[in-house]
Amino acid sequence: MPKELWKGNEAIAEAAVRAGLQAYFGYPITPQSEILEYLARRMPELGRAFVQAESELGAINMVYGAACTGARVMTSSSSPGISLMMEGISYIAGTEVPAVIVNVMRGGPGLGNIAPSQADYNQAVHGGGHGDYPRIVLAPASVQEAIDLTALAFDLAETYRMICMLILDGSLGQMMEPAEMPEMKPIVQREFDWAVTGAMNRPRRILSSIYIDPVAEEVVNFRLAKRWQEVQVREVRYKEYYLDDAEIVVVGFGTAGRIALSAVRAARAEGISVGLLRPVTVSPYPYSVIEELAKHVQGFLVTEMNMGQMFDDVRLAVQGRAPVEFYGRPGGVVPFPDEILAEIRRLASGQWSPDPDARLSWQKRMASVIQR
Amino acid sequence: MQKEILIAGFGGQGILFAGQVLAYAAMDAGKVVTWIPSYGPEMRGGTANCTVVIADEEIGSPWVLHPMAVIAMNLPSFNKYEPLVQPRGALVVNQNMVDRPARRTDLTTVFIPGNEIAEEIGDRRLLNMVMLGSLLAVFPVLRLDEVKAALQAHLPEKHKRLLAQNVAALERGYAQAAGITVP
Repeated sequence: MPKELWKGNEAIAEAAVRAGLQAYFGYPITPQSEILEYLARRMPELGRAFVQAESELGAINMVYGAACTGARVMTSSSSPGISLMMEGISYIAGTEVPAVIVNVMRGGPGLGNIAPSQADYNQAVHGGGHGDYPRIVLAPASVQEAIDLTALAFDLAETYRMICMLILDGSLGQMMEPAEMPEMKPIVQREFDWAVTGAMNRPRRILSSIYIDPVAEEVVNFRLAKRWQEVQVREVRYKEYYLDDAEIVVVGFGTAGRIALSAVRAARAEGISVGLLRPVTVSPYPYSVIEELAKHVQGFLVTEMNMGQMFDDVRLAVQGRAPVEFYGRPGGVVPFPDEILAEIRRLASGQWSPDPDARLSWQKRMASVIQR
Repeated sequence: MQKEILIAGFGGQGILFAGQVLAYAAMDAGKVVTWIPSYGPEMRGGTANCTVVIADEEIGSPWVLHPMAVIAMNLPSFNKYEPLVQPRGALVVNQNMVDRPARRTDLTTVFIPGNEIAEEIGDRRLLNMVMLGSLLAVFPVLRLDEVKAALQAHLPEKHKRLLAQNVAALERGYAQAAGITVP
């Protein structure tokens, strides 16, 4: 297929359609409403289901119901809306049905603003709904990657009967880039051995997240954990840039990762041996890649559009073998490459942070900015 | 190597579309390109704008603090971005909306009577194409014929009747800037 100029939000919507999306349920919220708007037009054209629900709670529970039939289903929202969906997300996870959820993150906490943010990393990767449940989280950094990962999300969700979430921010949602769409896949009604499709001529199936007997629930928890081990072995994805001879490694996902790429190239032009690791799956996280790098690099610089959330995962992988520094812009503020370049220069000149938690040193350096 | 163009002005001056035409032309020329509207760090202070980055390899940041070229459609944009253009960069100013000369001497700055030219052609909304044409004369990131071809190929069907005027605006803007002796 030839490349076309696609806006991020619309590209995700069309990629979902081409991946065989059968039903979409959503509720508008900036900065992702173009996904819903696009599908409001496109899904009925194809005779597929589109419902603008009465609320995010309605939308996620419609996703839950449709997912139980084995259909390819999706919802999308932005930070406050995703928070509202968390109960349903836990139920979907506890019922072990596949669902794709897109979170176009915005500045928070609370109502916040509509500017680009990565502050829902912990909610997506480590927290969110209640209970012990694993989930796959993908973090695209370009329109093409958003398309490719949307298609992948449905396959992963079905393979592992698991929630697969895409996290991106409004800048990627609004950005236009040339991208290639995959071919339209025909709708396939998959014959899952768990789906509830009407028990004609077969034993009935029951899908539920209720296990009144704790012993039975314990079995479920172990089953989810076993499935997660498979995901961790098979599905880690990341991109490396200039890492071969890097002494300093920048780690960033999504938009912060691609902004860091510009800073890394500029630093390379100045003769600094710096590279970039951009996790594409933030859950499962590329711990072992970072662990390996930690054995021979001087140190790491984590850059995020939040107060330092993925930072903890990098530290977990590094296990104290090397210093881990932080630079972030929270609240909906986006860093310029120049800001990250200044941090790389600081580290290249040997000025590592004195605090054991480099976030504290970063907060001190930011004092002039935050007193504005 | 990448080239960055920032187009700024008031809402309604066709800023986003001018950037999209440039992005389409870059795509058709086989380049890597990003187009992004005011939605990030450059929002810290007022005017509406979009940034287009054109490169031969994967693009990092879709925003830059110091673009190589700026089209300033009004005075607030001129004031805001004149200090930020890269040294030896290009600045195309809509002369009809500003009341001061250039302050930087290290830039190729051209003042284009964009509103006048657009009205001469027959529609003040052609301002964006006039200014884009002028940019191509002083900052040849793409050839004029590549941008004209992109307009032809990507102008929505319902607007195809406006194609000739838009092409004329690109050509007039280009000629105007090319005719100005630049330092």
